[in-house]
Amino acid sequence: MASETMKEGKERYKSGVIPYKKMGYWEPDYKIKETDVLAMFRMTPQAGVEADECAAAVAGESSTATWTVVWTDRLTACEMYRAKAYRVDPVPNTGPGTKTEQQYFAYIAYDLDLFEGNSIANLTASIIGNVFGMKAVKALRLEDMRIPVAYLKTFQGPATGVIVERERMDKFGRPLLGATTKPKLGLSGRNYGRVVYEALKGGLDFMKDDENINSQSFMHWRDRFLYCMDAVNKASAATGEVKGHYMNVTAGTVEEMIMRAEFAKSLGSIIIMIDLVIGYSAIQSMAIWARKNDMILHLHRAGNSTYSRQKNHGMAFRVICKWMRMAGVDHIHAGTVVGKLEGDPMMIRGYYDTLLDTHTEVQLEKGIFFEQDWASLNKCMPVASGGIHAGQMHQLIHYLGEDVVLQFGGGTIGHPDGIQAGAIANRTALEVMIQARNEGRDIWNEGPQILADAAKWCSPLKAGLDTWKDITFNYESTDSPDFVPTATGSV
Amino acid sequence: MMTNQGNRVTQGQFSFLPDLTDAQITAQVKYALSKGWAVSVEYTDDPHPRNTYWEMFGNPMFDLKDPAGILLEINNCRKTFPNHYIRVGAFSAVRGVESVTMSYIVNRPKKEPGFGLIRQETDGRTMRYTIHSYATDKPEGERY
Repeated sequence: MASETMKEGKERYKSGVIPYKKMGYWEPDYKIKETDVLAMFRMTPQAGVEADECAAAVAGESSTATWTVVWTDRLTACEMYRAKAYRVDPVPNTGPGTKTEQQYFAYIAYDLDLFEGNSIANLTASIIGNVFGMKAVKALRLEDMRIPVAYLKTFQGPATGVIVERERMDKFGRPLLGATTKPKLGLSGRNYGRVVYEALKGGLDFMKDDENINSQSFMHWRDRFLYCMDAVNKASAATGEVKGHYMNVTAGTVEEMIMRAEFAKSLGSIIIMIDLVIGYSAIQSMAIWARKNDMILHLHRAGNSTYSRQKNHGMAFRVICKWMRMAGVDHIHAGTVVGKLEGDPMMIRGYYDTLLDTHTEVQLEKGIFFEQDWASLNKCMPVASGGIHAGQMHQLIHYLGEDVVLQFGGGTIGHPDGIQAGAIANRTALEVMIQARNEGRDIWNEGPQILADAAKWCSPLKAGLDTWKDITFNYESTDSPDFVPTATGSV
Repeated sequence: MMTNQGNRVTQGQFSFLPDLTDAQITAQVKYALSKGWAVSVEYTDDPHPRNTYWEMFGNPMFDLKDPAGILLEINNCRKTFPNHYIRVGAFSAVRGVESVTMSYIVNRPKKEPGFGLIRQETDGRTMRYTIHSYATDKPEGERY
């Protein structure tokens, strides 16, 4: 069983410190099992640490190893519990002659028995537990994971899922439209509900609390819920459409969140919202509550950029997407490409695929390193929010497709003729672009003309286009894919 | 009369656009067929947002691949129910979808009375809401 790189028997368990490679964490000939959890890390080893030793250290510290040899390993089926680093590739365009220190992609396999079912907390306590602070690595980033079907099947997955959400909302064949109520802070419940009513009556499907709207002195949560639900129902009656407002139930304890969620339900809300910062176990609890109570569960990714944005350390956002689909949320903010927040087009497509696919193939250009069978887990709706407006409609549909909530906050509320006019502009732009796309027109190139033609009969659209025509956010992305079209050899 | 944009029920994909012409409907039908979806025609005289089951004007047309033939069915429905809401849908039977993929209104009553919001005041400031379709104040078949 043991590879040539591992010492055996008495010699392996002699007290002292031996390289991780020789402890059995480096196995280049390892045959991946269908039931293995796979992880791929981007490593920047400390000077003097060989890449394969570094990979073995990552495998060791994210599974059974400690810094020294322990004889008690011999009381266990330790060979199975050891994670195995099985492949190391140099990252293209890093190392001598480039602007970046040498980095490596390290592939590691973990036996299924290492993990407790239905627990993102347990999975992550291993995979990102101690290992990121280890001295042998200067920097470390979790780039992608393959979750075996056997493990996926222990998770509930999205409480509602894209398909059932659309059926409940009676909205098909187009992106959903939303907006975040602005200003984020300071509106009273009564004023806040006004914004919600105007935007929903104008034509949006959803309005949304912002991530930091919980229960502050200017607006306590019950007041917000009561006024917003009056707005939602009044707008529904005014248009004949099902509409919703994401009630942010984020609070200091899970008990308090459940209580707020129960109140939202009693008022007839179809959707509640939580923030990523509440933690993985709290998210799973809320997802189970949501499934039980016919509630759509929206997740705001508050906090993620502290660890997902920089390329050399932390984790890729696609892994968060994967974990959140398993944890059971129905919506997650996943980038806009064209808006104000970070996002390379191909990387964002990779996040969307991770949330929506039933089966994902390896696509290095999207940062997807593993094939993934999603085992019929519900689909999670990506949300595009932040600095987008009606004038970009053709680009948004081109990049993001139709399974997405497009959220125009400033792009609705900031309309010169008022909030309803802003919503009308967005909805009209959306419908005219979907119609054109379905008719087979080249919306990427003809998009601006399609919008200009619609603006001739839709004055709110004209005013919106005139206001935002020159607004673009062209910055270079910090997180972009690293790949060369031909396969790189193993080291 | 409804007071929203267009003074109309805005369900479906294209309610914010001017009413679709036959040529525009045909283009949408062609799109559905190109995806392998089955096109359906449904009608109702109760457009309540949660009235899921509109009457089917025949089964979804799983085997009809001719856009002109489908348009004929749509127009037959319009002739039979000139004052009803009529929607054209598309269904995908692909694993992971198995649901409606398109839905748009192609016919409506001349006057759309819309909906009232009934508020039932309960404990504290809590409210229970009912959306009432004015059309249903009259019996089925006599509503528009």
